[in-house]
Amino acid sequence: MKNPILPRGITRRGVLKGATALGAAGLILPASYRKAAAEPRRGGVMRIAMGHGNTSDNLDPATWDNAYVQVMASTIHNYLTEIDTDGTLAPEIAESWEASADAATWTFRIREGVTFHSGRTVTPEDVVASINHHRGEDSGSAAKPIVDPITDIQIDGQYVIFTLEAGNADFPFIMSDYHLPIMPSTDGRIDPRSADGCGGYVMQSFEPGVEAHMTRNPDYWKPNRAHVDEVIMLPIIDAAARQNALITGEVDVIDRVDLNTVHLLERSPNIRVISVPGTQHYTFVMDSRVEPFTDNNVRLALKYAVNRQQLVDTVLSGYGVVGNDHPIGRSNRYFADELEQRELDPERARYHLQQAGLDSLDVSLSASDAAFGGAVDAAVLFSETAAQAGININVVREPSDGYWSNVWMVKPFTAVYWGGRPTEDWMFSTAYATGAAWNDGFWDHERFNQLLSEARSELDEDRRREMYVDMQSIVRDEGSTVIPMFANYVMAVSDTIATPDDIGANWTMDGFRAPERWWMA
Amino acid sequence: MTLVLRMIAQRLALGLLTLFVVSLIIFGATELLPGDFAEAVLGQAATPETVAAIRRELGLDQPFYIRYVDWLWGAVQFDFGSSLAQRGRPVADMILGRLGNTLFLALYAAAMAVPLALMLGILAALWRNSLFDRVTNSSALSAISFPEFFVAYILIYILAQGGWFPSMARMPASADLGEKLYRSFLPALTLTLVVTAHMMRMTRAAIINLLSSPYIEMARLKGMRPSRVIVHHALPNAIAPIVNVVAINLAYLITGVVVVEVVFVYPGLGQLMVDSVSRRDIPVVQAVALIFAAAYVLLNLTADVISTLSNPRLMYRK
Amino acid sequence: MGFLVFLFWACVTLAAAIALAWGFRKLAAAVTKGEMHRALRDAPLTASFGMMVIAIYLIVAILAPVIAPYPERMIVSTQFQPWTAEHWLGTDALGRDMFSRMVYGTRNTVGIAFATTALAFLIGSVLGLLAATVGGWLDQGLSRLVDVFMAIPSLIFALLLLTIFGTSILTLILVIAVIDSTRVFRLSRAVTEGVVVMDYVEAARLRGEGLVYLITREILPNVTAPLVAEFGLRFCFVFLAISALSFLGLGIQPPTADWGSMVRENATLITFGDITPLLPAGAIALLTVAVNFVVDWQLYRASGLKE
Repeated sequence: MKNPILPRGITRRGVLKGATALGAAGLILPASYRKAAAEPRRGGVMRIAMGHGNTSDNLDPATWDNAYVQVMASTIHNYLTEIDTDGTLAPEIAESWEASADAATWTFRIREGVTFHSGRTVTPEDVVASINHHRGEDSGSAAKPIVDPITDIQIDGQYVIFTLEAGNADFPFIMSDYHLPIMPSTDGRIDPRSADGCGGYVMQSFEPGVEAHMTRNPDYWKPNRAHVDEVIMLPIIDAAARQNALITGEVDVIDRVDLNTVHLLERSPNIRVISVPGTQHYTFVMDSRVEPFTDNNVRLALKYAVNRQQLVDTVLSGYGVVGNDHPIGRSNRYFADELEQRELDPERARYHLQQAGLDSLDVSLSASDAAFGGAVDAAVLFSETAAQAGININVVREPSDGYWSNVWMVKPFTAVYWGGRPTEDWMFSTAYATGAAWNDGFWDHERFNQLLSEARSELDEDRRREMYVDMQSIVRDEGSTVIPMFANYVMAVSDTIATPDDIGANWTMDGFRAPERWWMA
Repeated sequence: MTLVLRMIAQRLALGLLTLFVVSLIIFGATELLPGDFAEAVLGQAATPETVAAIRRELGLDQPFYIRYVDWLWGAVQFDFGSSLAQRGRPVADMILGRLGNTLFLALYAAAMAVPLALMLGILAALWRNSLFDRVTNSSALSAISFPEFFVAYILIYILAQGGWFPSMARMPASADLGEKLYRSFLPALTLTLVVTAHMMRMTRAAIINLLSSPYIEMARLKGMRPSRVIVHHALPNAIAPIVNVVAINLAYLITGVVVVEVVFVYPGLGQLMVDSVSRRDIPVVQAVALIFAAAYVLLNLTADVISTLSNPRLMYRK
Repeated sequence: MGFLVFLFWACVTLAAAIALAWGFRKLAAAVTKGEMHRALRDAPLTASFGMMVIAIYLIVAILAPVIAPYPERMIVSTQFQPWTAEHWLGTDALGRDMFSRMVYGTRNTVGIAFATTALAFLIGSVLGLLAATVGGWLDQGLSRLVDVFMAIPSLIFALLLLTIFGTSILTLILVIAVIDSTRVFRLSRAVTEGVVVMDYVEAARLRGEGLVYLITREILPNVTAPLVAEFGLRFCFVFLAISALSFLGLGIQPPTADWGSMVRENATLITFGDITPLLPAGAIALLTVAVNFVVDWQLYRASGLKE
């Protein structure tokens, strides 16, 4: 198997050494829990309360957009590939894969003998139908942009062959995207209303916005996964209600711990706070087509006018690390450690304003807690430090409702949340490449675009790293996005729950896999 | 009596008109909200092509009036269509269980709040300006000046963390009435605290307002006991304002409790409404809005009928 | 034990409140003359306590910049500092001085609540009186319109309107006032209806008195009491509306300090027994109680009961 992903990236443990003291303190691994982690135990009921989920959720992968359905999906479904806890790619329904020399054709071997909950065997046809669900002219799928580069899918025995419009060395990573579960098909189409899958748990009942009840799949093919008998998932949107449910023992696991009170929650007996630094980052993005942001000096002035450590300490209560104005996290493979960390420097900010021919600057920053928890606070803090540099930021609190359609990529200066992507290419192509659907800064940089497409099909590791470092540096110094902080995923569990030593950092809840990877102590 | 019946018939007809106008307003307002279902459901992931595809699929690219007329035509045949978000799931199916939950909680809270408020109100009027009056008044006022979610948090801190009641009102499917009452006690108590003060103060004010009327003076001069004066002479004439405020509060218990639902994770209609508004899931929004409006219309009608019956002068007006 | 301590402090607070109220009554009676003097002198202690609280709130609201040690939006320290001599009530989630924000909150909150309630009453009671007195198509038209508005739950209606029109303070005031005025309309109409059928109104009508005379001279004096009582409650409902809206993600724009949003921002702390959110909530409660004490007193005076 030729797998270009082999050289391991920086592991999460490595990250911790490099992180700030506060960030490191975030990951709490007491000795007792290590011992408990030794041997997964079978059985029990795991009750999970998520800070997302609503009455509009459904079973159609094309619509999944929040952590509740995403975790639910990873519980009942399997994917072609899985991102392991150390950030590398592991086989799942695809047993192995290999690329052509230009990385434009990918051949996946489909695992044999895996069955759906309904008893049917997983076939290559199911794989093709599952991916095709998101493709095509009439697709309303949120995943359409990521499967668009696929020009053709062929079946050859137990193999599925994807042809891409251009080389992409990271294509197998894309196949782990939460929108792309393998579902049973009839006549080349999957039934998007069906809960049938090949994951570790079988859906028993699902009432959107109320509860999902799943039981262990007795025929699950993975030997050491899916430990508990039953999984109950509840959406509890209110942060205080979620914490109370954990404290009073109504649930065993919660995600999105309220950072304002996490220091108090940590003091509660029998409760363990789990904090994982990942690729999730918060940004303030400027529309580079609109005055005054057309001038890179103005953008730099704003980048020098933010106190990053203060944001991490206040908005994230220390559960995060400072960002360096590029979207690549420390757990990514090609994170550019060599770039100097940008700090608050009102003098530099003033200097850049002068370079732009301005004495002072008045801008409006649109924020809402829909952008990220504490976005409004972060904007207020930003405006306070920016004032020192003669920049007047007028914070506008936008309604949470409709934020993504009416504010983001509409207003010129907005707060944004990015879950991050497991690979550099994915992140950059999604939000920084010219013309990309979610290039929210409408940023256009010729050399960056060129490097991006070259690096995508480059299979030589050193060359690749060099290119990605260059790109990070370009985004940092010329990009249209202020990236002040990377936020940890902060969850809390009661002492009824045991977790492995390593917890996935690619998404919340152990890469959405907590029900499959965790067990009852 | 025929007059009252005619009034009821007339008001019911008007109620239908109200429902129609409400549906028009809600539809229009949801239409005026920035963004539509396709944009809302895709959120950060929206691209122009996918948004257009979803609009095509669900017929959202049709003009406003056509979609409204379509909806209305279905609604008059009691077909409220299917949810946009839960593709193909009938709205009625989504609403039924939640409607039951909402009514249960409203009745539960009302059963505690209404008798309590009337009793406290009458006693406060009877012993006006006494220590009892002051203390009831101040506590009731303090209770309603705390936001609902805050009252709920305090109750959770005291009663749920203390281990007496569950902090979540989640019902197992098998729950019997006793367990239901136990599990939803905290939300019901929160709502009781929220609505009691308003009704109590109105009862007290309405009664005190009558105490200087000549006929009360007369009753008192006859040497009647104050409690008897109030219950037999003042109360009947104070019924109109009291019934009105009770009706408003009952309507509130059915339609306005989304915050309590959120805090106690109680699957009621309020949460469904807010979720559906934010998703622009118009068929669901419309159906829930109609239920809320109907509840309001019926409660009001009841209040007006009682007021009219309690004041014969109103019955023969014009 | 804990209960006894609580009881002790409750008694101390009560005694202090009584003493202050008594002192305030003396003071107020000393500086006023004539009718006002007599009224104040004979006011019950609860009423003078209410007036004192309102007076203090007004002073704080007007003199906010003088009283507050730090500016409203300035970050002066790290987050969640304990109560110290430097920061009397500690700092909030962003490290702003809690005491200063409470002081500025007085100005913003009381101002907004008063403006909203006054507007709601102006619209609601004028239309209500007119509808009930004139009757006929005006009554029908207005009542049906109000029915329609009231049939839409207020929180959801506010949510819709604020999402459409944005959340500036002015829109917030207008939206809440319009929604609230429907409640006022209904009440004032109901109460007026009871009065309009009275013989003395009928008599005035037959005398050929004009509409304005009827309303201001014959009807208004007899419907004021319930309306005034309602005012006291509506006033505090505005805080609650703002607070509930901020629970749903709308409400007053930051970094403006207002008590409703401050309760929301700090509310989670209460589930850990931290009393910080009780401060803004307590400030609202105290004002509500005070306003209603004064309202009760006026109500009592208006009722003409002398016993």
